[in-house]
Amino acid sequence: MIIEGKAIVYDRDNINTDEIIPARYLSTSDPDQLAIHCMEDLDKDFLENKKALAADILVTGSNMGCGSSREHAPIAIKHAGIKAVVAPSYARIFFRNAINTGLAIFECKDPGFFECVKNGHALRLDADGGFIEDASAGRRFEIQKMPPFLQEIIGIGGLVPFARALSKRGE
Amino acid sequence: MPRTIVEKIFERHAAKGTAVPGEIVECNVDLLMMHEMLGDQIARVAREAGLKKVWDPSKIVTILDHWVPASTERVAMIHQEYRRFVKQYGIKNDLGMTAGVCHVAVPESGFVKPGMFIVGSDSHTTTYGALNCFSTGIGATDATIVLAKGTNWFRVPESIHIELEGKLPAFSTGKDVALHLLGKFGTDGLNYKAMEVGVKETTSASVSARFTIGNMGVEMGAKCVIFEPDNELDAWLADHGVAGYKTVPPDPGAAYESKEAVDLTVVEPLIAAPPSPSNVKPASELAGKEVDQVFIGTCTNGRLEDLQLAAKILKGKKIHKQVRCIIIPASRQAYEGALEEGLIGQFVKAGAIVEYPTCGPCMGGHMGLLGPGEVCVSTSNRNFPGRMGAIDAEIYLASPATAMATAIHGRITDPRGA
Repeated sequence: MIIEGKAIVYDRDNINTDEIIPARYLSTSDPDQLAIHCMEDLDKDFLENKKALAADILVTGSNMGCGSSREHAPIAIKHAGIKAVVAPSYARIFFRNAINTGLAIFECKDPGFFECVKNGHALRLDADGGFIEDASAGRRFEIQKMPPFLQEIIGIGGLVPFARALSKRGE
Repeated sequence: MPRTIVEKIFERHAAKGTAVPGEIVECNVDLLMMHEMLGDQIARVAREAGLKKVWDPSKIVTILDHWVPASTERVAMIHQEYRRFVKQYGIKNDLGMTAGVCHVAVPESGFVKPGMFIVGSDSHTTTYGALNCFSTGIGATDATIVLAKGTNWFRVPESIHIELEGKLPAFSTGKDVALHLLGKFGTDGLNYKAMEVGVKETTSASVSARFTIGNMGVEMGAKCVIFEPDNELDAWLADHGVAGYKTVPPDPGAAYESKEAVDLTVVEPLIAAPPSPSNVKPASELAGKEVDQVFIGTCTNGRLEDLQLAAKILKGKKIHKQVRCIIIPASRQAYEGALEEGLIGQFVKAGAIVEYPTCGPCMGGHMGLLGPGEVCVSTSNRNFPGRMGAIDAEIYLASPATAMATAIHGRITDPRGA
């Protein structure tokens, strides 16, 4: 799996699920409604900034997605048009929920990447090769490789479509 | 090889019969807990996945707690969807909307036993580990997988061991121990790990205090918090009609990633200031700050013991006239106990607002949201900006003792001096 796009960077550790999708919007489960409020309590201009940068890869600090078990969080990010998230580490429930809802999510342990990457930089993620290229800076960094079955789950849009596809194939 | 508690529980539930830390294994689940997330998301995911029947209707417990009674029309529809699901799939253990907040009502109703492997559709499902079981939170899709198969994949966590030594001083509580640990480990210090807790002197940490510590384990990133068994645990289970269980102690010589002792005798009343539960300071350092609201309740601190402590601090005094003091017992048992002991009457007569068991304003739901710039002392578990209403409202997390002392004085108050 190769993902190419432009970066939008929030150099903040512990971005929590209340910031990603505030609980006041939790009584809706419509992905497009959730997307409208994505990251609202972290940056109320997130969607505008993202648009101005033509960005679709979200780069954050460590322990990304800490807090509640709400699946609304990765759903909001995905439906806001983010193709992948890159962070040094994730809260465990967010990590599972992201894969289960089909949001590509990568761990990068190299602090050099986070020093190098800036808003609008052109990035290229290689899930099999286990690296991320910052083309704007002309540098390459290691990321955690993603096993093929996780790539397949993400590629098909999450665990439910994946399970449906398996049962159709008779597996 | 000697094993930690979580390793023993994983081994007994792993489909392949073995489990070592770091390994990903498929596990059989003993109990699945679901709240409003069932009506909001899980029912929809189950429909999309074509779920025909659930794996075992007797191993599923459902409960409505976040917005009860329904706060809006949309919430009422979530509740309707939930009830349809419960009926359609024949869920045996539905606690409905009168039992209270899930993490208090589910163990109090006798569903949790030592040694069990439990998952719930809420991050604070770590709470149940107070009763010597594995218990963790999962999202809607993972819950749907468990509904269908009774299993899911899990990474076997590494364990760290905490030994609680000595007795807590007067006015210090399980909440202060939880905040002390948060100050030590930060919000991701235990990410993916199992926190195993031993209590040296049985009388020094009540089961109620253990629930509070288990509840806040997830704020340190922990996958689960598991207390060692002891007499206090057996007594609590007997009180709640739970029998026929086998406790799981750790093996002597089990391998831990780290081991630490916490000296309870020096734990003072603490507060987590905005914007994070790990921003912990002594209550005495923040004393004097004016507050608009005090909230006593939630799965962290809405148990009968918490209400008794608040009433002890209140004793004959009045709530400060500039403070809205909202008290929400976290379960029907706590509510009835507080009624019988006359606590509800004391609270109401002192000027507090007492509501029926619900999560209430904790996650910005209903019954006491905050306006711009307002300051609230809350006994809940999260103080992220915007969690209880306005983004710039300030939430200070504290024990019921500190919260009630603050409600009386209208300013953050160290309960030792109240």
